[in-house]
Amino acid sequence: MKPKGKENQLSSPAETSAAPVVDATRDAMVAAIRSTLGAAVVDSLVKPGDDIWVRVSTESWRNSIQKLKDVHGFDYFCFLSAIDWLPSPFGRGEDDPSEPAPERDSTIRPGYTGGDTRMQLLVRIVNSETHLGINVKADVPNDSYTIESISSVFAGANWHEREAHEMFGIGFTGHPDLRNMYLPTDFEGFPMRKDFPLLARMVKPWPGIVDVEPLPGGDATEEESAS
Amino acid sequence: MTILNDPVSAKLGNRQQLSYIASQAADARLNVELETEGMTLNIGPQHPATHGTLRIIARLDGEQVVWAEPSCGYMHRGYEKLTEVRTFPQVTTLVNRIDWLGSFANEVPFILAAEKLMGVEAPPRAQWIRTILFELSRIANVSLFLGDLGVQLGAITPVFLAFRDREYVLNLIESATGGRFHPNFDRIGGLKDDLPAGWIDETKVVMKKLRNFCDEIETLLFGNEIFQSRTRGIGVIPRDVALQYGLSGANLRASGVDWDLRRDQDIALAYNKVDFKVWTHPDGDSFARCWIRLQETREATLIVDKLLDGIPSGPVMAKVPKIIKVPEGEAWVSTENPLGEMGYYVVSRGDLGPFRVKIRSASFNNISITPWLLRGVYVPDIITILASLYFILGDIDR
Repeated sequence: MKPKGKENQLSSPAETSAAPVVDATRDAMVAAIRSTLGAAVVDSLVKPGDDIWVRVSTESWRNSIQKLKDVHGFDYFCFLSAIDWLPSPFGRGEDDPSEPAPERDSTIRPGYTGGDTRMQLLVRIVNSETHLGINVKADVPNDSYTIESISSVFAGANWHEREAHEMFGIGFTGHPDLRNMYLPTDFEGFPMRKDFPLLARMVKPWPGIVDVEPLPGGDATEEESAS
Repeated sequence: MTILNDPVSAKLGNRQQLSYIASQAADARLNVELETEGMTLNIGPQHPATHGTLRIIARLDGEQVVWAEPSCGYMHRGYEKLTEVRTFPQVTTLVNRIDWLGSFANEVPFILAAEKLMGVEAPPRAQWIRTILFELSRIANVSLFLGDLGVQLGAITPVFLAFRDREYVLNLIESATGGRFHPNFDRIGGLKDDLPAGWIDETKVVMKKLRNFCDEIETLLFGNEIFQSRTRGIGVIPRDVALQYGLSGANLRASGVDWDLRRDQDIALAYNKVDFKVWTHPDGDSFARCWIRLQETREATLIVDKLLDGIPSGPVMAKVPKIIKVPEGEAWVSTENPLGEMGYYVVSRGDLGPFRVKIRSASFNNISITPWLLRGVYVPDIITILASLYFILGDIDR
């Protein structure tokens, strides 16, 4: 079969908007979590048919995860990571090094379920019986960048916390061994922080930028209507 | 009569008890005479059992491991940082190289996450072809594991069979996508191209060959007494430990957890259109993990056959803008990759490129259990346990 030409393409965004508007299972789960954790839940979000986000307070981080595991059966540890919400001061690394750096917006704008700090911790745990997963977030204080370790709740969090420690510079109290996982022991800086420059991009212009320029001869009106 | 208050000797008869005690005493005497100081054994980073450059530092007492710790990072490429300076379509080139034996399978969850944020869904034909190529990469990946398994146990033959038959699958992937190892074929909204003419018939022939290969391996390797004695009861992972370390894929199902992301989640792939069996094993030992992978390879060939029969016609690309901007939001998509659960947590800021991508790769979690698992095992078993956990270095280090 030959590849179809452009004129045969179907527009599909309209077909996919039929996702359920109400998700009873996930709503019930969030209500149950709110009643178990009480004031520890700062905010929560359910995207019907998609996922659950719960933000818990920094102090209750370990306890909340423990309760979610014990009470709600979220016994499968999927991953732990952090998000640095500071917009990168270097943009996408496409600045001309000979020009002065352009002005960039540096206001911190958190994602789903909000946030008050620059760093946020994100963990995903899943109930191995019902296969329902939740994303749990917690703020990491701006002054200390330290939060309680959950490696005593999920042994698998051990390595993930080590990774977050070296990449984001987040301290985990109660973690048995925060050695570097990937980086050399004497490495300075935290590579995944947004203000850590990607030097390879700074010294040489990135050729990949050509990819996203409008194609020669392409009509701009179609692009506008499609997006 | 119980001579010793010992749970093992209590089960034995009188004469056997005496000989058991004698053997214990002989062992104890030997231990006193040959009192060894702890020894540190360094395995790798260039050991063939490490599929790349995983280094394992083991502290030994005689032949037994007291403490072991893998040392990663010899192949850390910083993909999570690199995604932040690339556009969404460019990221597939990177993620291809995470698990390099099943490259196409790495692209799919990322593309699905981007599609989820954009509210785009690939046309049915594209979804079916994606699923077929996904299963083909599983077959290519796991058939190499099955051959390699023999090598690690000292059996040379299986690896030749594996490389011979894996070649057929790689040729199929190449003829459809243009890339043997790194297809880079998945696009936001569909696929780069349709299938070439005659591909479907050819694939069916190859699937038959692969089923023969599975039978060969099953009789040649899995029925082998030496193989069984070196894997049965070795490296047992109980269900709850497997879950809290986040083991996934065959490693989890070998511990008796009936959970397959192909079946148990609603995802924009064609898995819900076909019936297939999810294999589990109650033992949780090295043998179970290898056995599950063998069954899954055979099952994957059947899935491909069934999908080929029902492949719908139509376009392979949805209408998406030329310049792809992904709306603001966060999305998590994971799929059942050859190595286990592979997922991407994508944060977008309405920009051309992602704001943050967390790559959850299967091997990182699968191998994080080794400090727990290797404690107390004998040195030769380290190799079989690592082989049975099955990791790809690129999948650990990312």
